[in-house]
Amino acid sequence: MAIGQSETPARSPNGARPKRGVPEGLWLACPGCSATVFAKETERCMNCCPECDYHMYVSARDRIRHVLDDGTFEEWDAELLPADPLGFIDKKRYIDRLASEQARTGMRDAALTGCGMIRARRVAFGVTDSAFIMGSMGSVVGERLTRLVERATEQDLPLVIISGSGGGARMHEGILSLMQMAKISAALARFSEMGGLFISVLTNPTMGGVAASFASLGDLVYAEPKALIGFAGPRTIEATIRIELPEGFQTSEFLLEHGYIDRIVRRPDLKSEIARTIDYCGK
Amino acid sequence: MASEAFRLDFEEPIYALEKRVRQLEATEPKSAQLHEELRAKRRELADVTRTVYSQLDAWQIVRVARYPDRPKFSDYTNMVFDEFVELHGDKFYGDDRALQTGFAKLNEYKILLVGHQKGKTLKERNECYFGCAHPEGYRKAMAKMRLAAKFKMPIICLIDTPGAYPGIGAEERGQAQVIAESMFTMSLLPVPIICVVIGEGGSGGALGIGVGDRVGVLQFAYYSVISPEGCAGILWKSHKFAEDAARALRLTSDNLLELGAVDDVIEEPLGAAHRNPHQMATRLKIYLLRTLRELLEIPEEELLARRYARFRRIGHFIEEAPACDLD
Repeated sequence: MAIGQSETPARSPNGARPKRGVPEGLWLACPGCSATVFAKETERCMNCCPECDYHMYVSARDRIRHVLDDGTFEEWDAELLPADPLGFIDKKRYIDRLASEQARTGMRDAALTGCGMIRARRVAFGVTDSAFIMGSMGSVVGERLTRLVERATEQDLPLVIISGSGGGARMHEGILSLMQMAKISAALARFSEMGGLFISVLTNPTMGGVAASFASLGDLVYAEPKALIGFAGPRTIEATIRIELPEGFQTSEFLLEHGYIDRIVRRPDLKSEIARTIDYCGK
Repeated sequence: MASEAFRLDFEEPIYALEKRVRQLEATEPKSAQLHEELRAKRRELADVTRTVYSQLDAWQIVRVARYPDRPKFSDYTNMVFDEFVELHGDKFYGDDRALQTGFAKLNEYKILLVGHQKGKTLKERNECYFGCAHPEGYRKAMAKMRLAAKFKMPIICLIDTPGAYPGIGAEERGQAQVIAESMFTMSLLPVPIICVVIGEGGSGGALGIGVGDRVGVLQFAYYSVISPEGCAGILWKSHKFAEDAARALRLTSDNLLELGAVDDVIEEPLGAAHRNPHQMATRLKIYLLRTLRELLEIPEEELLARRYARFRRIGHFIEEAPACDLD
């Protein structure tokens, strides 16, 4: 199910659309506390608000910088490009949407995969970017992540995937997107059978078919604070049951309370938490 | 015969002829002329039905798939299987009514049957949330499928759901996690698994019991990443564009076969399954028996390798020759 009704990763309380990617302006408004904060300072804090610690959007490229040791990322399967298998047209042709998203984000599709080092531990690493068609999973994201899992299995590497997807399975590729969920889950099942360690990190937002496949299948599931995580989008639920949703529903804290994630990890601590987990699991 | 309450507008010419045929059949005594007219009307009815059903668009097919009189899981448990011994409960939270599991007999084969139940009466429909399963449904299905694997019983899953239930309790009890875990589990079960979409193949709720060695779909069923209404709401900003979304999503059986999402399309009787549930059940039974016999011939390791490969190859993308100017 593709979820997520807004095209932006988050919306500030005053209704203004926050900028995607690293902010260009000198100042920016925090979507969490509305404080005007110095952009440079925010960037130094890995896009966390210096005032309230709200975890803002981070691009896939910046994720790599935050989590992997400098210069160690080696990209795999960069040659995979999205196509338009259905000839999908809504208000816009999918093929044009892909071109504009590629131009805007500098990504070929919503995921980057490869290998790299985390505090000198070699890992297979994948990250989705919630800015590229809402971080939704189509054939390319599914194929890249499946190949990543298969290489991690072959090379016996710990696997780390950082998810950010408000879109879940990508509607524009129809049933093919849905089937990517089964494809990756099957690859992860084999990886697990071989004794592989998979650390899944959920970030804001992780919804729909992404949440209902690889993101939930980690041996360890970590989440950034206050991320929106769930199966059905809040608006879908509200439309179905016609009551207002409780405060904090579908947040990381809500999931922790209900037993679905192992730890909430602040962004600046993520790298060392992953390294520690790998050590505990002896990988 | 279609009940008066739920009529499909595109079936109007069929209803009119069906009514006329019924009138003629009821007229006694029948003159030679009347017999002749009856024969002609029956022929016309068959022709019109064939024409209507050969020209359905994607949205009309979705409506046939959802049609209240369409045979459901509970009909097939009676018509396809010799026995259905329901096994309840996930032994953790509850017994979901939208996803039912149990032992069943398919001729000489003892199997585990798993299926979505939409209900027939309003009471039943409410009990099973119109076929939308909660996490306890998927937990139950997983538990019974593991049981089947332990005792070497093949598994048959009949899929018919608008989607997994979107609600507070469902989220609290890990809807996303159980669907993921179910696909993960099914990919490794060392017994044959046959999945057939008999009505609605609604997104993750369908795929949650949809990882099999063979996946079939009835001719007028659909299988989609999202409901046409949901897709229209997001991409067209209005549910009114469901018809356009249905077309764009390529969710009909012929599209699914072409895209490699399903392996087989099971042809429906003239005028779709709801006109002749018994004939539909017979065709489904033949399909299940034939497929099961084929799968039982395959050694376990090979079966699992093929199941993996079946899903592994799905997807459509462009793969350029590795270049050096990627950035």
